[in-house]
This record gives sequence, structure tokens and C-alpha cells, in this order.
Amino acid sequence: MTSKVTRTGSMSRRRLLTTAGAGAVLAVSPFRIKLVQAQEATIKIGFPVPLTGPYGAEAQDQVRAGQLAVAQFNDAGGLNGRKAELVVRDDKLNPGEAATRTLELVEKEKVNFVVGSLSAAVQLAINNVTKERGIIFNSISQSDAINEASDFSKYTFHEALNPHMTSGAVGRYAFAKFGKKVAFLTADYAYGHEMVRGFLEVGKQFNIENLGDIRHPLGTSDFSTVLPRLQALKPDILCISNFGRDQQIALKQATDFGIKKSTQIIAPVLSHASRVAAGAQAFEGVIGGSSFYWGIEDKFASTKAFNDAFRKMYDGKVPTDYGALAYGGVRAMLEAVKGAGTVDTDKVIAALEALKYDYYKGPQYYRKCDHQSVQSVLIVKSKSRDMKNDADVFEVLSTEEPNEKNLRTCDDLGHKS
Amino acid sequence: MAGLSFDLIALQLFAGLALGAIYVLFAIGLSLIFGMLTVVNFAHGAFYMVGAYVGLYLISLGGNFWLCLIAVPLLIGLFGLAVERVLIRPLYGRGIDYPLLLTFGLSYVMVECVRIAFGKTGYPFDTPEILQGAVNIGVGYFPLYRLFVIGATAVVLLALWLFLEKTSFGLIIRAGARDPQIVRVLGVDVSRVWLIVFGIGTAIAGFAGLLAAPLQGVIPEMGGTILAEAFVVTVVGGMGSIGGAVLAGLLVGVVVSMTSLFAPEMAKVSIFALMAVVLVVRPQGFFGRAGLLS
Repeated sequence: MTSKVTRTGSMSRRRLLTTAGAGAVLAVSPFRIKLVQAQEATIKIGFPVPLTGPYGAEAQDQVRAGQLAVAQFNDAGGLNGRKAELVVRDDKLNPGEAATRTLELVEKEKVNFVVGSLSAAVQLAINNVTKERGIIFNSISQSDAINEASDFSKYTFHEALNPHMTSGAVGRYAFAKFGKKVAFLTADYAYGHEMVRGFLEVGKQFNIENLGDIRHPLGTSDFSTVLPRLQALKPDILCISNFGRDQQIALKQATDFGIKKSTQIIAPVLSHASRVAAGAQAFEGVIGGSSFYWGIEDKFASTKAFNDAFRKMYDGKVPTDYGALAYGGVRAMLEAVKGAGTVDTDKVIAALEALKYDYYKGPQYYRKCDHQSVQSVLIVKSKSRDMKNDADVFEVLSTEEPNEKNLRTCDDLGHKS
Repeated sequence: MAGLSFDLIALQLFAGLALGAIYVLFAIGLSLIFGMLTVVNFAHGAFYMVGAYVGLYLISLGGNFWLCLIAVPLLIGLFGLAVERVLIRPLYGRGIDYPLLLTFGLSYVMVECVRIAFGKTGYPFDTPEILQGAVNIGVGYFPLYRLFVIGATAVVLLALWLFLEKTSFGLIIRAGARDPQIVRVLGVDVSRVWLIVFGIGTAIAGFAGLLAAPLQGVIPEMGGTILAEAFVVTVVGGMGSIGGAVLAGLLVGVVVSMTSLFAPEMAKVSIFALMAVVLVVRPQGFFGRAGLLS
């Protein structure tokens, strides 16, 4: 026993000496930097999005545009030669699945940052994991809750619009033009609830009359049993707050029921990918909000550059709204890494907070208190005729310029100044 | 919400029956295959989805919707024949869970193949031009296309009934379902009968998928949601009973519709609540034969 202990003791002493010696040599040697660099792996960005399920069309565009941002970073030399990589996972639009995948990204893949999500509910599940692990998460889908003090952490950023901004902009446009009697058809989860709250809040300024709100479960394939009721309410405006395939089917069936004849349909968000998947007929004349439309390339050089790079990478395809958010989210992260000169979390947070950027849609910045990206909101209308090509789907009716006044105040969100 | 008029309730009832017709059309093939072969076909939703995609493909080649109404069930039926001959047949006599697991796996394979061939994103499927728009049915406006679906379902049911009840081949099918051994002793090739029944069941699934496409567009996962509803319909109607499936399908449609009117959040749950109640009161369903699963 005694001899054994001595032996291991002497072994480790010898190893300690060797290591210390090697370290001392390295510390003074010019090779050190190179060696350390070789040990540093690629910069990994975890990217959980719902590739399968009702939001699949949008999620695939998120991946495409996210890859573009990574490719541009790598082509420009990365972070002193250190390359970045997008680690994509399918969260199946399920908060539990997303939490598991995110944990796996953090623990097994050792990602440096997380960008992603496409659901008001799922992003909160991701955010719970990342804030506990101290990993920066830049969310690229709509949520109000993520700005609020209870869900927010210094690691949380929000590149996407939030429902308050979106419904506010759409409401200000539509309530002034189409009438005061408003009925709602709403997806029964955080996204829908937050949108309706936003519409009702901005509606107060216009004295709208709320005729009723019918809620449907996420992933509904038939709306024929709620549409007669909505039609019987005889609204001036029918506000449909759902997304992805739910939105495609709801608009298609509302068209079949002839609701558009007497009612203007509005949606907080009109997604380019959904419009393409559902066809012109279903979306005809519908007005809604959007974070991005490729057609604004006449207005912004950054949009033109982004579109051209995207077209080049994906044989002529144009980027969509949710794709653009992914591009913005990933690029902001990588630019911050470049600016900070490191992947160190606190330094990257400081760099993100200081960022004034224009990557794809005009000027943007992250508000200090809640890390919400302050940006413009587009009001678009779906086209059904005079379309120049497959991607010519929307007409931009108006633009609400970036303004902190359109966000809830930091006090309202519970952030102490 | 105010404004519950007689017209609205009548329209709602009608919407429920129309929705029920879609459930019936989908569940009937499932029920037919189970009743005759005691095969629980978990790939039924996948055949339905493939039916919609085949229709989409034929139209993209220059075909029209009316042609598809004939071609799609034929093609999907042929595909069904091949599946029965190659995959299902070796499993007869091995217990009910063997074909169940096989078709469950097959449904995944089919969905993945379609994702590979057509992509994960959905496609639009426009309603045929002359069936577009809504018509006044006396109590309110209702989409013309949905009326067409009700009519098509009635035609399929009538044809199926005539085939099973009035033809000599139908007689053999019914006899084969009762007692395959005696039928075999009488010199009938029972395996050929089963082959054809499976083909008919899948052909109806493909037909239903094609009819559903203009209602909701086409996507690889479209068979998944309706499969759950179809199982409720077959269980409530009685596993294997075609008459039961018709009655239960219409009932489920009306229950969903009426729940949507008063408590839309509950609409999805109401189907399963109905199933639970029926199972407690009458475990074999409306017209089910007890002991078919044992």
C-alpha cells in the first residue's frame, strides 16, 4: 500500500514538472499563439428550427439564409482564420423537443451561441435552457414574453419583430381604413394571444368594436365549422392571427366561404413562404405585417446586397421574411464576434449591445433594456395579378419606420433602469 | 358573442355534416380493410397523402381534376395491390399486431419518400374552376366544392354498397370475412379476395386524399392528423362496420361543428370525449362485432 502511494505520487510529480516545463517554454515561445489557435475549434452556432410540421416551409428558408451568413463570415476570413459553422436541429415545433435539442447543442455539440426558433412558445423553452447555461440566444421569431423581465436575461436577444410592434403597425393601418367592427380568428397559443392583445390595445385609439374571438388549436386542418359563425358576425375586418400551414388553410377556406366579398381579412404577419405554398387565390387581397420583403431592394443597398448573395447561393431564389431574420440573427452574432475579437460571452454581449447595423432591411439596433431589435415594420398586401415572377407575391403598402415609441416601454416590461 | 340565429345553427349543422362526409370517405376504406382482413392499416393516412400528390403530379403534367378523379384511385389501388401482395400477405395468420406494425412503418417510409421526391414544403392545389365560390343553400352561403365532396362521398358509398351486396364477388367477400376456412373449402381463392379488398380500400383512401387537396393544399404530413380522427370514427362506428363508419363519421362531424359553435377551443377534444363515452356505454361501437380483435 505505502509503496504504491509513493509511486503514484512520484509519477504525478514528474508529470507536473514536465507539463510546467513545457508550459514555461510555450509561454515565451512565438509558437504559442498558433498552437492555441489550432486547439480552438470552429465557432459553432446552434440552430434549432421546426423543419418538420406546419411551419416547415418557413423553417427551411431560415436554414438557407443562416447558412449564407455563415458562408459570408467564413469567406471573409472568419475570426482571424477561425471558421464558423451552423449546427441545425429540428425542434419539431415542440417546446419539449426544442429544450432537449438545445441542451444537446450546448452539452454535446458545445455550441458557442444559439440562434433560431420559429414559435412564440418554443423560443421561450430554448431561452430557458440558454439563460441557465449562460449561452447567448438570438431569437428569430415573434414573441412579446421574451422581452419581459421575467423571461429576459442578459443572454437573450430578439432579432425578430414582436407581436406588439407587428399588430400595432397592422392595426394602425387597417383600423383607419376598413372599419371598426373587428372579429378575430386566433391560434390558441402564445403567438395568437399576444397578437390579439396587441390589436385590441392599438384598437382603443380607433374605438374598434370587438365582435368576438374564436380560438383554434395549433395545427388545425379544417376551419369549416368556425367560418359560418365568423361570417354571421358580419365584421368589417376579420383578423386571422395564426401562422404557417394554419394560416394557409384558414385563408384558403375563408376564401371558399366567400368571406372576402364583404370583409377585409388582415393578418399580423403574412409569410412569403406560406403565400407561395398556399397559392395566390387563397391570399388574394389579404393585408398583413412583415419584417422583410425582397422587393424593398430598390430602397436599401443592404437589401440588394443580401438578395444578390442569396440569389447567387441558391440559383436565383429570393430570400423570404423569416429567412431574412435568420440571416440578420446569425450575421449580427458573427459581426459581434468579429467586433469583440473573441467568442467570450460577456464581450460578445457588449458588442451586440453596441451594434448599429443595416444588414438587410435598413437601420436596426438592439435596445439596451430588453435586447429587442428596433426596426421597421412593412405593411404588405398579397397580389394575385400582374405578377412578374413566382416571387412577386406582395405589394408594400406602407412602412412603419424604426421607432422605440412603437415598443412597450422598458418600465412596462418590468426592467429596472 | 351574440347572434345565435336559427339560420346559423342550421348552417352549422350542415357544415358538420359536410365535414362528416369527409371523415366518412376517409374512414370507410380503413373500416373495409379491417372488417374483411382484420388488418389495422396504419398506412391509410399515407395512401391518402400519396393520392393527393399523385393528383398534383398528374395535373402538373397537363391532366385535369376530373381525369384525376378516375386515375388517382386506380393508381393508388394498384399500389395498394402491390403492397398487399408483397408486404401484407406473408403476415396473415400471425396475429393482429404484425400487419399493424408493418403498415405503421410503411407509413413513415411513404411520407419520407414523398418528402424526398417533392420536398418538405407544401403545394397549393386550386379548386377546379367551376366548383369555386360559395352558393346560397337557403340558410347561408356554403362553398360549392364542399357540396361536391358530399356528393362524391355518396356516390362512393352507393357504389361500394352495390358491389358488396348485389354482386357475386361481393358475396364472396362477405363470406370470406365471416369464415375464410369454409370459403376456401368451397374452392375460392381467398387470398385473391383479400388482395382485391385491400386494393379497393387503398383506392378509396387515395380518392379521399385527392378530394381533400383543394380544401387544404398538399403536404407530406397531411395523412397524420386525419388518421387519428378516422380511428375515432371507426372505433365509434364499430371496428369493421361500414354502416357504423358512415353513421359515426357524420356524428363526429356534427359534434365537432356544434362544439365549435359554443366552445371552439374544445372542438378537437370533443371527438375524443365522444369516443370515450361511446366506449364506456358500448365498447364494441355502434355496429361492431365483439371479439373481432381477439
